[in-house]
Amino acid sequence: MAVDEQDVRQSPEDATPSGLGLLKGLAVTMKAMLHPSITQQYPEEMPDLPPRSRGVIALKQENCTVCYKCSRDCPDWCIYIDAHKETHPPASGGKARSAKILDRFAIDYALCMYCGICVEVCPFDALFWSPSFDYAEYEIDLLTHEKERLEEWTYTVLPPPLIEEGAVPAADDALAEPA
Amino acid sequence: MIAEAGVSYVNQWLSNYWLILAVKTAVVLIFFLTAPLGVGYAEHKVLAHMQSRLGPMYAGRFHGWAQLIADGVKFIQKEDIIPAAADRWVFSLAPAVALVPYIALFVVIPFSNQIFILNLDVGIFFVMSITSVTVIGVLMAGWSSANKFSLIGALRAAAQLIAYELPLVLAAASIVMQAGTLSMIGIVEAQDRYWFALTQPVGFVIFLVASLAELTRPPFDMPVADSEIIFGAYTEYSGLKFAFFLLAEYGGIVALAAVASVLYLGGYRALPGMGLIPPPLWMAAKIGALSFIVIWLRATYPRLREDQLQQVSWLVLIPLALVQIMVVAIVKVAV
Repeated sequence: MAVDEQDVRQSPEDATPSGLGLLKGLAVTMKAMLHPSITQQYPEEMPDLPPRSRGVIALKQENCTVCYKCSRDCPDWCIYIDAHKETHPPASGGKARSAKILDRFAIDYALCMYCGICVEVCPFDALFWSPSFDYAEYEIDLLTHEKERLEEWTYTVLPPPLIEEGAVPAADDALAEPA
Repeated sequence: MIAEAGVSYVNQWLSNYWLILAVKTAVVLIFFLTAPLGVGYAEHKVLAHMQSRLGPMYAGRFHGWAQLIADGVKFIQKEDIIPAAADRWVFSLAPAVALVPYIALFVVIPFSNQIFILNLDVGIFFVMSITSVTVIGVLMAGWSSANKFSLIGALRAAAQLIAYELPLVLAAASIVMQAGTLSMIGIVEAQDRYWFALTQPVGFVIFLVASLAELTRPPFDMPVADSEIIFGAYTEYSGLKFAFFLLAEYGGIVALAAVASVLYLGGYRALPGMGLIPPPLWMAAKIGALSFIVIWLRATYPRLREDQLQQVSWLVLIPLALVQIMVVAIVKVAV
């Protein structure tokens, strides 16, 4: 509405010429100076990051079924997966059981754009976000983390934040609840 | 006998004109080279904390106290670039022309009724005339750089300095009328009962605002507005020459804070009941307080537009200063 627009765009004649705003501004900067600053002195002081920070992706090998969903959905093809199939002879007759063995799982963090689609699509909770971020390297090859290193990152994964009080739990969370 | 001979020997040395001149020059230079460092460091830290940052924390280990020294060393190491199209001589002279007036200004600043370099009878007149010289340095820099941003910045600076010179001088004139003397020490001594800031508060504000504009400090930093004309007249400067311009800016803050405290805050005079603290410390404290206000204003206010900037001077400050002079004259004659 036209009236609202007029209200927002105050003309110079309407502005109060009291100069009170000038003093208010001075008070604001003075208050900011007297309060402690919010700077965190990294690396002397490690930042206290929230659990959902996207620092690095951790792999829990135990949970990986080599379904390749993550590597196929990765927009910049930074996940390398090699696997082979092993057949175990049955203990007491019947069909041999087959298992997929993960030979290589690597994420090239030089390519990764931290979109988190792999974490999102993983159907078996093998991939997690960790807030760790200090893994810069002098050589670009070293940014490719193999599965052993990715496994180590799982120890830095934080427990998920509590659901806010009164919030409705997500649909799949309700399914995961033990009956 | 030996003691007497020693005293006469010392007296002989003290009366040596050249020695005294050398010592005084050294004192002024050392003060001029260190006090702006203090103001510069204060600006780093105060500005940072006003923006909820920490500012320099590493140079010199303790809260970055050596940051300005490190900056100076960096400036010395830098290549001294003179643009191919520049007017070499004018380009090289400009920083000196901008800097020297502020050094010369300290000649008449008294730090007590004994500690001063020279008690000129025309002290405040000397101050006002010599600060106007800096604008020539800025104009020289802008013109000789052969760069459009430099020229625009220099012309803005010239227009601004001319506009704000007038309120500065008019405010000082009403002080001179009240004190009845042009001498800096005379003006301080005239404030034995009350500061002139109490009798001429309007003049004090006019003087502070005009000083900010003289120094092209925010919110009057249109001539060096980095978002539109890079760094104004100093765009082409690097290394030591650029450092000299910076030194002129911070030296200028100290200089004009010193002049303002002499004119309005009783200079080296102690606050009543606090006479134990020696006069030079009072002077330093007043300079520090005014410098803090300069930094505080920088942290608070956005830059004025060019036309607003001219309006503030011609339509507000100068008429106010003229009214101030009239009031002082009437009171002076009537009382």
